[in-house]
Amino acid sequence: MNTICIKCPMGCPLIVEERDGRITVSGNTCKRGEVYGTEEYSQPKRAITSLVRTESGEVASVKTSCDIPKSRIKDVVDFIGGLTACDEARIGDVVAHDVLGLGADIVITGRRR
Amino acid sequence: MMRNLDFDVVIIGGGPAGMAAALSARANGASAVILERDVRLGGILNQCIHQGFGLHYFGEEMTGPEYADRFRKLVEKEDITVMLESMVLSLDGDKRVTVLSPTEGLCRINAKAIVLAMGCRERTAGAIALAGSRPAGIYTAGMAQKICNVDGYLVGKEVVILGSGDIGLIMARRMTTEGARVKLVIELMPYSSGLKRNIVQCLDDYDIPIKYSHTVTRVEGSPALTGLYYAPVDENRRPILEKEQYISCDTLLLSVGLIPENDLLSGLNVEMSGITQGAVVDENRMTSIDGVFSCGNVLHVHDLVDNVSKEAEIAGKAAAEYAKNGGAPDRDYVSVRATDGVRYALPQRIGKGEGKVKIFLRVGDVYKNCKLIAESGDKTLFSKKFMVLAPGEMGSLEIDRSLIDGDVVVRLEK
Repeated sequence: MNTICIKCPMGCPLIVEERDGRITVSGNTCKRGEVYGTEEYSQPKRAITSLVRTESGEVASVKTSCDIPKSRIKDVVDFIGGLTACDEARIGDVVAHDVLGLGADIVITGRRR
Repeated sequence: MMRNLDFDVVIIGGGPAGMAAALSARANGASAVILERDVRLGGILNQCIHQGFGLHYFGEEMTGPEYADRFRKLVEKEDITVMLESMVLSLDGDKRVTVLSPTEGLCRINAKAIVLAMGCRERTAGAIALAGSRPAGIYTAGMAQKICNVDGYLVGKEVVILGSGDIGLIMARRMTTEGARVKLVIELMPYSSGLKRNIVQCLDDYDIPIKYSHTVTRVEGSPALTGLYYAPVDENRRPILEKEQYISCDTLLLSVGLIPENDLLSGLNVEMSGITQGAVVDENRMTSIDGVFSCGNVLHVHDLVDNVSKEAEIAGKAAAEYAKNGGAPDRDYVSVRATDGVRYALPQRIGKGEGKVKIFLRVGDVYKNCKLIAESGDKTLFSKKFMVLAPGEMGSLEIDRSLIDGDVVVRLEK
């Protein structure tokens, strides 16, 4: 796998390979690149932020309460798109629990007023 | 007759800089009013629904609206007057602010000190002399972000983005997750001015291509955008028109730079920096006009809101002290000059005295394995090696003021 290290502005181009069950990272200039490359290869995760509609049609911004696997981004985004929040929802309120069994809640982060 | 109001410190702008300045002014004993033109406090944070805020200031990662909400609640707890939907019309040299507000009408606020916290605005199609017709469908990235995240409308379905600043990259991801197809990001420079994290997590994650050293040569369509031409640029950043290519799209987002919004100062004789496009300030963020302070993106464009909040606290505290003492103490100043690869260093002047002073800086290009140096006379105040310094990430260094011996020079040694 080829990727770019995001740990500093250097942006080392990383090559991550797996041989006989051992993960090796090359192209990094420091230890942080090796740790990042290994994580990105074995279990890449992302936090998701998006919008939901409230019952009266306004938008409210939401986030996942923790990172979800990168491979499930589209599923989670689609799931969030189908949610409706109540009009009284406030920042910090949970709109959906344990989305798709991934362990993350969908939490309100902002309202228009 | 016009109503008159009196405050120790008047803060113009209720975004992250304004809120932090007001809290700091109040904590230092000043009466404070925030003048905000929007319907709520928070400024641009309200539309930045992505993560990445607060790690340095609050020690936890949050979204823009959450960061704004945290500060809004702190402001509400304090005895700080907030005037919303209030537009400042003018500001004069005697620190009188004329403001139009739905509750007070046209009124004048007499301030002992003023904190400028108006933020910045985006460069537009006109500002970059974009060639072609003027069809609908061309937005600045931040405008598209507001229409999407606050108003709830998607501005288009087939998108090209010019410029790879962080807002452009963030919007590439946002438009994609909302169902649009982002076909291409075009960047004039051979590198992105955005964070590496955004290149990976906003473009690579969604297989969005980016072309460096390219630019848009003209746009097409009437009344709405139907497509555009783009071409690689030569070493002088001029497009090589023989290699022009066409791409169809209904939306062009521009992420081509931010300009501090200092229009209010146009009638005043404030010394400005041609590089930051903000005021020239001392370490308390006081401008060349006594008692007028500046902080946040109206002073210089930041990449982290956490730094904005910290800078605004400096300005708010100094403004409160200025109001309390009826002036600033007389001090000898030295200049801070940026040279040899350092594009600017801020503050641009420092009053002699005791204690540490933090200097913020930006470099003009990507420099690898370089040394950042601050010196005064023949004394070295700071020296540190860096593996990389890039224009997109603001740097900082701290110096001991008691060692200052003449003007301070901030430079790179390659």
